[in-house]
Amino acid sequence: MSCWDTIADYGLRSLGYGERLLPRSDFTLCQQVVLIGSGMLWNIYFGTLALIAGFVMATAVAMGKAARNPVIAKISAWFIFIFRGSPLFIQFFFAYFLFLSLKNAVPFFTVLTSAWAGALVVLFLNTAAYSGEIFYGALQSVPKGEAEAADAYGFGGWKKFRKITWPTMLRLAWPAYTNEAIFLFHATTLVFFSGFPAQSQRGDALYYANYFADKTFNPFVPYPVLAGYFILLTLVIIGLFGLINRRLNRHLPQERRSRMQMRMPVLR
Amino acid sequence: MACYLSTPKHMAFYWSFGTVLVLLAITAPLALVFGFGGATAARAQLAPVRWFGKAYIAVVRGVPDIAFFLFFVIALDQGFEYLRHQVFCPDWDQPIRQGNDFLVCPAAKLPLSTSPQVWHEIYGFFLAVLTFAIVFGAFAANVLFGAMRAVPQPQLETAAAYGMTPRQTFWRILVPQMWVYALPGLGNLWMVLIKATPLLFLLGVEDIVYWARELGGTKTARFTDYPHGDWRMWYFGALLLFYLAFTKLSEMVFDRVMLRLTRGQATLAGEAQRKAAA
Amino acid sequence: MKKLILTTTALALSASMAFAGGHGKTVRMGTEGAYPPYNFINDKGEVDGFERELGDELCKRAQLTCEWVTNEWDSIIPNLVSGNYDTIIAGMSITAERDEVIDFTQNYTQPDPSAYLAKSADVDLAGGVLAAQTGTIQAAFVAQQGWTLLEFATPEETVAAVRNGEADALLADKSFLKPIAEEDAELMLLAREELIGGGVGMGLRESDGELRAKFDAAIQSMKDDGTLNALIVKWEIGETF
Repeated sequence: MSCWDTIADYGLRSLGYGERLLPRSDFTLCQQVVLIGSGMLWNIYFGTLALIAGFVMATAVAMGKAARNPVIAKISAWFIFIFRGSPLFIQFFFAYFLFLSLKNAVPFFTVLTSAWAGALVVLFLNTAAYSGEIFYGALQSVPKGEAEAADAYGFGGWKKFRKITWPTMLRLAWPAYTNEAIFLFHATTLVFFSGFPAQSQRGDALYYANYFADKTFNPFVPYPVLAGYFILLTLVIIGLFGLINRRLNRHLPQERRSRMQMRMPVLR
Repeated sequence: MACYLSTPKHMAFYWSFGTVLVLLAITAPLALVFGFGGATAARAQLAPVRWFGKAYIAVVRGVPDIAFFLFFVIALDQGFEYLRHQVFCPDWDQPIRQGNDFLVCPAAKLPLSTSPQVWHEIYGFFLAVLTFAIVFGAFAANVLFGAMRAVPQPQLETAAAYGMTPRQTFWRILVPQMWVYALPGLGNLWMVLIKATPLLFLLGVEDIVYWARELGGTKTARFTDYPHGDWRMWYFGALLLFYLAFTKLSEMVFDRVMLRLTRGQATLAGEAQRKAAA
Repeated sequence: MKKLILTTTALALSASMAFAGGHGKTVRMGTEGAYPPYNFINDKGEVDGFERELGDELCKRAQLTCEWVTNEWDSIIPNLVSGNYDTIIAGMSITAERDEVIDFTQNYTQPDPSAYLAKSADVDLAGGVLAAQTGTIQAAFVAQQGWTLLEFATPEETVAAVRNGEADALLADKSFLKPIAEEDAELMLLAREELIGGGVGMGLRESDGELRAKFDAAIQSMKDDGTLNALIVKWEIGETF
């Protein structure tokens, strides 16, 4: 069987297409690369959707934490603290239990007990909290002069936020936010590792890497393959975010552009 | 209830909190050393050293830590035993890899198969510490690399103008000044490290997650004096509180340290302190 | 960097030299510790169960000093071949796949039928959802039948999944499921059983022929004088020999 056949059989295995049974003997390197790559689809799915949805919520949370209203500020601060203060591993575990009991009460929540929806919700809340903290920090360091200038031009409320505060906040937060994105993608590997079950052997990259390590009893091939995929993914993320960073900073003179330093992210 | 909570098994659970704290206490400085080495290498003059440092930082940071933990311990273990094998048994004539088996001479085994279990546990712990340190060393290297670049260039130029050698400049000017810039990043790293500890059980260390799962699982009356249903919820709840409290505590300590470090510094925060006092 | 690693190695070397020598060969017995009645951790925090008693007796007969270690199921074989312990005695069924990588002693239990645990007797296996522990022969079996498989990392989670309705039934060794079904009125074993696997044996490195022969002989002697059967009855591990 050539490698092309393997790709046809297993390329979309993680989504449930192609060969039903996973390879069980005579494992080839090609099979490992293809299946683990197929699992990467899930990592990308989780990471991308959580990142996009989390971005919107993070902005809201950051505004909330900076709000004058003490109730809103407290709620936002607690949300951030709970999700940043506890390991994602344990969050997954609890979320799964919570969704199960919700499901027993209201059938509507059934969908949340499967990984594709439930884990996505957890990752979404998690990244919202982390990015919220990053954005909050950036919001605090928006130069006072810019806000005053906006006032002077008669910008108010929404317009001021949309045109002045928000873009500056993003620009300041971007390097740290890039790191958060990288970490979020790494965190997606935990989905099938704690709590959420894998259905019909449709799992993420780590699930398949684990499968092969388990079947071949040799961890030295599948895990480095997995690592290779993630390094590629990380490079793509850095590239994409770098492009956006250029755009965010395009109005600044060359030497003042905030460099894409890979500074330590605000923790996961 | 009191009896239940004080079974030897629960005692092991309580001890494992200590294990985690000890791990953190050892890993943090070690990771810092690795980080320092990595950062220094990444800005070395010699190209191969520089590449090595940069590759270390990029590769380790690009890979999810969990993937590392899953195979790194066995790799390290075999690496050590291979080295010892070369040292202790130069005239060993059998191949080390026989099929799937990894065979070194008995004298090279780590720890020796004759040594008591406690040494095996210590060795396993040591491997876990090393793995954590290598992974987090890469992140620390990244932070320190950034911090070294953040030290104002004129400082270094002045040092050179005073006739200091590059080595002297590095140790006397650059290193003492970089910490202020590195501290926020290192603080974050510490928080990440705390939250990576639940993965310890992957490394074969019987940590809090291991015991929480073991104790919380359903117990039928045949195998224990204290049968109960699925109590993992409560045990994991306890872990959650532990982590939240620990994070809060760390945050408070870091805030204090930062307050001290910024005192008298010519930064915005230092300026704010000065104004508040006046 | 490299220098650093070497120094730590040297430290490790000198540290382990200090306690080298001394008593004779210890055989390290690797088990999972989460699979009653085969092996589990008792209230004292020690390994206990059918295999604990069996293993201690085997070591006595083979005149070996034995020591118990626990390891995650996931990595139990890689750690054996890399020499972190010398045997696997963890309710591991003898299968052709595993036999390619490690060696087994003769089986010390009869092939244990795998049973289904469910909430009602009329579960539609083909149409429903079946839970199993990742990396077990049962998981492979369910996948092979083309049924919907839900995999969990530990046996505990598979049972929880049936209890809360996440899965309709689970497939596992019958002796593991029996006490659970007896204790919980909600759960029951289905009449249907599957014969997969060839009984449970001790796993050893392929290069460890001598040790294997010793354990093999010890198991044989326990089979011959009926002590093994007594243990099987005591712990309710399926059929006797």
